[in-house]
Amino acid sequence: MKDSRLFKRLVLSAVLLWIVFFAFAPNLLVLLASFGHVSTTTFVMPALSLDSYARLLEPSYGRILISSFALSGGVTLICLVCGYPFAAIVARTSPPWRNLLLLLVVIPFWTNSLVRTYAMIAILNANGIVNRLLLSMNLITTALPMMYTSGAVVAGLVYTLLPFMVLPLYAALERLDQRYVEAARDLGATPAKTFVHVVLPMTLPGIVSGCMLVFLPAIGMFYVSDVLGGARSMLLGNFIRDQFLTSRDWPFGSAASVAMTLVMAVMLLLYWKSNARLAHREWT
Amino acid sequence: MKKQVQFIYAALIYFFLYLPLAVMVAYSFNASRFTMQWKGFTLHWYDQLLHDASLIQAALHSLAIATCSATAACVVGTVTALAIHRWRFAGRKTIHAVLFIMMMSPDIVIGISLLVLFMAISLPLGFWTLFMAHVTLCVPFVAITVHGRLQGFDPHVVEAARDLGAGEYEVWRHIILPMTMPAVLAGWFMSFTLSLDDVIIAFFTTGPTFEILPLRIYSMVRLGLKPEVNALCAVMILITAVAVVTTQGLLKERQ
Repeated sequence: MKDSRLFKRLVLSAVLLWIVFFAFAPNLLVLLASFGHVSTTTFVMPALSLDSYARLLEPSYGRILISSFALSGGVTLICLVCGYPFAAIVARTSPPWRNLLLLLVVIPFWTNSLVRTYAMIAILNANGIVNRLLLSMNLITTALPMMYTSGAVVAGLVYTLLPFMVLPLYAALERLDQRYVEAARDLGATPAKTFVHVVLPMTLPGIVSGCMLVFLPAIGMFYVSDVLGGARSMLLGNFIRDQFLTSRDWPFGSAASVAMTLVMAVMLLLYWKSNARLAHREWT
Repeated sequence: MKKQVQFIYAALIYFFLYLPLAVMVAYSFNASRFTMQWKGFTLHWYDQLLHDASLIQAALHSLAIATCSATAACVVGTVTALAIHRWRFAGRKTIHAVLFIMMMSPDIVIGISLLVLFMAISLPLGFWTLFMAHVTLCVPFVAITVHGRLQGFDPHVVEAARDLGAGEYEVWRHIILPMTMPAVLAGWFMSFTLSLDDVIIAFFTTGPTFEILPLRIYSMVRLGLKPEVNALCAVMILITAVAVVTTQGLLKERQ
């Protein structure tokens, strides 16, 4: 008995130590850095100032923040609107086929997203597939400039992140008890009403986690903006990277990262709320 | 009619998901270097990959880091999952929440926070820092996968072993570990692909002494389309596909 107590204590303290060192300490340091001043010798001079946060709200930087959130929000919306019916179709397919369909979503999900971003170049290029198709159909006379536009960045982000939206939606739709849907229909609800009042609320946790898995990475994926968007950096991720590696303004970069963490916190709160509401509903 | 619409819609999504990859793989066999015109089949670009010593080096680095960090993450993640499953202790729920938050954290936040940590304790960036960063990235995925599987276990098996005189250590060694093995292996492959997939965290946490494949691809990709890069990416896709199919097989076996 004493032996097993010792074992338990050893294991638990190792786990706790790991979490403190690799989860708490790094984020705490970033938070501290965001209140500091720039220093040429030690990266950050410890201080307690809100300068970096104030600068983040200045119009020139605030614009980056807003346009980055708008771009990622748009990507999330496109993924949700395209992904929801698709996930529903996969969830309704009968098992042997369903597993295959799912596997075909999982493979791009795990494929290197840089590789997938790169693959988009051949599609969007001046002599890429889309332009050549449009030219051969005589819909356009000269190749459309699609690369290095914000549209290209949106297309690239939707392309790399769509599986991240589909998988949680699929999980939620597959768990959905079809009897609720049938009951609603039997009681005279139209398909639209059934969807709004039954299906949508019951798959809300899936929707929120899908949006989280698309929105948060979309803000940070600086290489998509680099490869498809060209010199104009469009994402907060590019901004954070530049503050850390080019401008060497760590407090400013840290403040931007803290802002991003706050957005994540809000989304996580929404997720837990929607989950709790669903659990509550099932009990009553 | 409705079925047909659904079928066409699903087909369109798959077309969207796979067309760019298919085009890229096709061009990796194209004999022409500069145009997108098809000039015949060749394996020349793959041959070139095999003769690029620094590229091979970067690939080996990537495989090494993926193997090491997946293995370490499996150990830490499995122990964590077992601890929160087996024992009731203060902070158990907190650990579960922390793991979930870590899993959801954007890569760039993880990357810069670890960079700040490594700089604060003045560790030189290279193999070890990248190793620790990837372990940190993978542990939550392993822990949550294994924990998910553990929830489905029959607790009576452990009770029976206890009644027959097994101690904590024996229970772990002879019951819990063998029962979790498929989930652990799935976690390993998941971590392996996560590590190979990562660009952002590696961007901040490795130094010039230890270049890895995704970062190498990143510097090549910024210069535009190149047949060698197409071939390299095709190889990466193949490795991922094999790892994914293996992982899925392992997870299914348990059910």
